[in-house]
Amino acid sequence: MKLKWILLPAAIVFALWLPFGLYPAVAVEILCWALFAVSIDLLLGYVGLLSFGHAAFWGASAYATGLIAINWDWPFPLAVLSGAVVATLIAVPVGYLAVKRTGIYFAMVTLAFAQMVYVIANKWSSLTGGENGLQSVPRTITDNFYFYYAALPIVVLGLLLAWRIVHSPFGRVLVAIRDNPSRARALGYPVHRYKLLAFMLSAFLAGLGGGLFAMGHRFVSLDVLHWTTSGKAVIVVVLGGIGTLWGGVLGAAIITRLEDFLSFSGFDQIGLVTGGIFVLAVLLFRAGVWGTLAKIPARLSRR
Amino acid sequence: MARVTRRLIDFWLMTQPSALTARGLTRDFRGFRAVDAVDLSVAAGSVHALVGPNGAGKTTLFNLLTGFLAPTAGRIEVAGRDVTGLPPERVARLGVARSFQITSLFGQLTATEHVELALQSDGWKFWRSVKLLRRHTARAHELLDLVGLSASRDSKADSLAYGQKRALELALALALEPTVLLLDEPTAGMGLEDVDRTVALIGSVREGRTVVMVEHNMNVVAALADRVTVLQAGRVLAEGSYADVRADERVITAYLGSSAHAGH
Repeated sequence: MKLKWILLPAAIVFALWLPFGLYPAVAVEILCWALFAVSIDLLLGYVGLLSFGHAAFWGASAYATGLIAINWDWPFPLAVLSGAVVATLIAVPVGYLAVKRTGIYFAMVTLAFAQMVYVIANKWSSLTGGENGLQSVPRTITDNFYFYYAALPIVVLGLLLAWRIVHSPFGRVLVAIRDNPSRARALGYPVHRYKLLAFMLSAFLAGLGGGLFAMGHRFVSLDVLHWTTSGKAVIVVVLGGIGTLWGGVLGAAIITRLEDFLSFSGFDQIGLVTGGIFVLAVLLFRAGVWGTLAKIPARLSRR
Repeated sequence: MARVTRRLIDFWLMTQPSALTARGLTRDFRGFRAVDAVDLSVAAGSVHALVGPNGAGKTTLFNLLTGFLAPTAGRIEVAGRDVTGLPPERVARLGVARSFQITSLFGQLTATEHVELALQSDGWKFWRSVKLLRRHTARAHELLDLVGLSASRDSKADSLAYGQKRALELALALALEPTVLLLDEPTAGMGLEDVDRTVALIGSVREGRTVVMVEHNMNVVAALADRVTVLQAGRVLAEGSYADVRADERVITAYLGSSAHAGH
């Protein structure tokens, strides 16, 4: 338990130092993906639902945030928050239909909806710019270095929200539902409604990340809605550690930094490396980086 | 004299309102009729045992009564209220709690957390700390003491011994403060000592509530049940007091004859 009071200040110092040690743009990207990964882990680790369509919420929020900034010029935190709300609203019908399925069928329903959102964004080019995406999203804080510090509080609040959800009476019910849905129903818990609320909260967090992503890049490309974006988010969570919450943050940092490193070194088959890491994580350390590291203190004290 | 007492009890039960009623309850599985036009009336305050050979439809009947399965035909009432087709969580909220035959717990939660979960009626507070549940801890510990799990309060369900898991099942059902308690083979797989303890426990918690139990152990049925319904092939074969049912020719051939080997 005392480890927590060492790790927490260390994490804060690290987060504050990050744009000094990395390209600020990469640091911002890590922040966005950290939220995205945690949103996936909230469902996968604590409700036992693998969403393979979270790009829909990440991307929809990116577009909504971008459009709000372009058309109305709202302050960026408000634009991002509105984007996240849009993602949450989209999650209502998607979640309503998806949470009645489990396992691979849940993944397929979410994927199908995400593909629909992708097609809509592609075809509705008068609004979304189609293949060109949204160009030049305006931002008052033009320097990425400073934007990082403006975005950090939003990300921290998002992570705190996730942490609170997991450590709440609601979170306890979610874990019970994950472990044994029938039993949870016999105790009087409406399982579908709990799953739907968890799905919406997850979409909200993914939306926060996606909105920041749009502001961070100052443009929105159709890629944000592509299924490979959903896939990457799942890889980040598996690498970081399913059901650990902070593992997603760590996974986001590792994958983002690695991709940046690879693209700078001129290696253009990034998917090969991340895919390879994914396979290794699944085969060798299923608890992920965080889960594996978390076991070390216990193992040391046993000796 | 015993006979007169029994008739008196029977008469008294008849005057009691029905806590749980099934009328013409039927359930088909792809052409196989697992439960066939079952009429059941469980008097309030009684202990009602469902017995019958394996495959007689006892567990299916339980699943129908608690909303886990929708009936193909028929009607279910809880204290006169139609609950046919309601989902299990609604039935549970109406005061009908059940235990499961195959022990069914939440592997990663401790015994105390299980009972707290059952005591907590409002789980929507995702912005509040889980410490909120501590207001239930005292009551949870009381219930765990009651079922003899005081020593294992903080053990995870996965690490409990079989008998302890059964006891926790019972504590969970009791935590819901049910008016109707459905127990699916509460003593299955237990050693003699645990069986005695469980019988005593059910005897003490039946006060003020109605108990329906599926049970294979005839000693348990004899000790607890005011009334026994014998099922066979999805139908009601006989119903009455334990002594009546035991003396019934059809029952002897269908069930009791073969139960000599089954008494574990």
